[in-house]
Amino acid sequence: MKKPSALTGLDGIAGLRADFPAIHQEIHGKPLAYLDSAASAQRPQAVIDAMVAHEQRNHANVHRGVHTLSQRATDAHEGAREKVRAHINAESSEEIIFTRGTTESINLVAASLGRIRLTSADEVLVTWMEHHSNIVPWQLICEQTGAKLVAVPMTPEGELDLDEYDRMLSERTKIVAVTHVSNALGTINPLEGIIAKAHNTGALVLVDGAQAAAHLSVDVRALNCDFYAFSGHKMYGPTGIGVLYGKSALLDAMPPYQGGGEMILTVTFEETTYNTLPYKFEAGTPNITGAVGLGATIDYLSGIDFEAIARHEADLLAYATAQLLELPGARVIGTAAHKAGVLSFTLADIHPHDIGTILDGEGVAIRTGHHCAMPVMEYFGVPATGRASFGLYNNRGDVDQFMVGLRRALELFT
Amino acid sequence: MNDLQELYREVILDHNRHPRNFGELEDADRVVEGVNPLCGDRMTLYVKTDGQRVEDIRFKGTGCAISVASCSLMTEKAKGGSFAELETLFEQVHAMLTGDPPDAGSDLEKLDKLAVLSGVREYPSRVKCASLGWHALKSAIEGTEEPISTE
Repeated sequence: MKKPSALTGLDGIAGLRADFPAIHQEIHGKPLAYLDSAASAQRPQAVIDAMVAHEQRNHANVHRGVHTLSQRATDAHEGAREKVRAHINAESSEEIIFTRGTTESINLVAASLGRIRLTSADEVLVTWMEHHSNIVPWQLICEQTGAKLVAVPMTPEGELDLDEYDRMLSERTKIVAVTHVSNALGTINPLEGIIAKAHNTGALVLVDGAQAAAHLSVDVRALNCDFYAFSGHKMYGPTGIGVLYGKSALLDAMPPYQGGGEMILTVTFEETTYNTLPYKFEAGTPNITGAVGLGATIDYLSGIDFEAIARHEADLLAYATAQLLELPGARVIGTAAHKAGVLSFTLADIHPHDIGTILDGEGVAIRTGHHCAMPVMEYFGVPATGRASFGLYNNRGDVDQFMVGLRRALELFT
Repeated sequence: MNDLQELYREVILDHNRHPRNFGELEDADRVVEGVNPLCGDRMTLYVKTDGQRVEDIRFKGTGCAISVASCSLMTEKAKGGSFAELETLFEQVHAMLTGDPPDAGSDLEKLDKLAVLSGVREYPSRVKCASLGWHALKSAIEGTEEPISTE
């Protein structure tokens, strides 16, 4: 396994840029400034190599064959599960369920846990800053069970209104589903207090960790969350692979989400007995290469100090925010005290979609739109925003190029 | 950068800044909602017809420069047009925006001022923005009044 080319510290992080082949290309004759990692991060060569090597030499189905390739594939797949366990400090690898991504992880919990835990007397508490993937699965199960979905409001800075959260928590609250880091605003939520208070009233807590996994070191036992969901591709790994962490006692009590091969022990037409954890929740042939890639991603990240990543991204965020605010008509959406490397903004009355096209002409990739968080847009009274997001491979040069593009947009539109 | 100027021509910037026929139409007999979920564009098209011809037309909503300008240009062109003429125009504009079939949109003279929208063809992600208002018009004259989405 190739280790990161440089290890810790601010300078060390800067050196990691060389590990990401996709970053080193030209778009419309300009060097690429990739500021869309919150949508999907680029992958280091080590991850790409690990996936190619698996495809070339070790592919077979897992847990099924007695032959050598099947054993190799099983070892790689289960080895990746153990890496994930260690990375988030779960107690046991049976608490690590592989899924297609955060969305499937949340749908799994909503459908399976919701079925046994929710009645028409109950409430599911989400927040105004959730991604649609942490709203809609709960709406679906609430429709089926008659439970009520309620949303904790935000402050004008884009922080959760914790007083309101305290007021809304009650014995009716059975599940609290909250994001670790807001994808549209960058807000880092104070999970410890949120989780402890939910537990005090008897609610279980699911954390949407999609935006956190690449930026914060996550310790599920320290957080004491009941479920934690995240995706490979937002943490420099492949798409199509994600993780659901769940406390084993809860996962044990939950019914299967999908039926099929792998998740069973015995099947007759009268009765099926389910497999043990984590396989009970992994029906069908899994994304084996994806799991291998995720394992390689964790190997890569394990050589890097997450605090150094956080400092590096905080520096870029501060640098970009200060420059942006010098532009006429610039507004930053989301000004929480604790933010990850996400800069959501509007500029004069130029529609973000036009800004996105103009920036692309300058080689700068940002996300524009509602970021799958329409309630956030509604709260701030904007139809859409532009969003620049930072990864460990970005540098101040990327921000400078971003500013060139924004000035160009102002020139064209005013 | 020339490509961008090809997309954001002065006529488009002008129609974005000062959209024509903007606002509600009290006596509209056909109202169509249009949404472009990708960028959050939302518009409502109000059409007053005599059953065969567009007598008056207005729109309101929010959107990017391309969708607002295209919709504004569309209302100018549609006002007074017969349903049959506008169906044909829709096909011509659609062909110009998508380049499919490749030669169909080449007769830009026929499209007159609408030819300024031809730059959109080089930006596949923006074709939906430019066609939003036109799909709403088609829905209105076909009388379906179904909400339309360019996803």
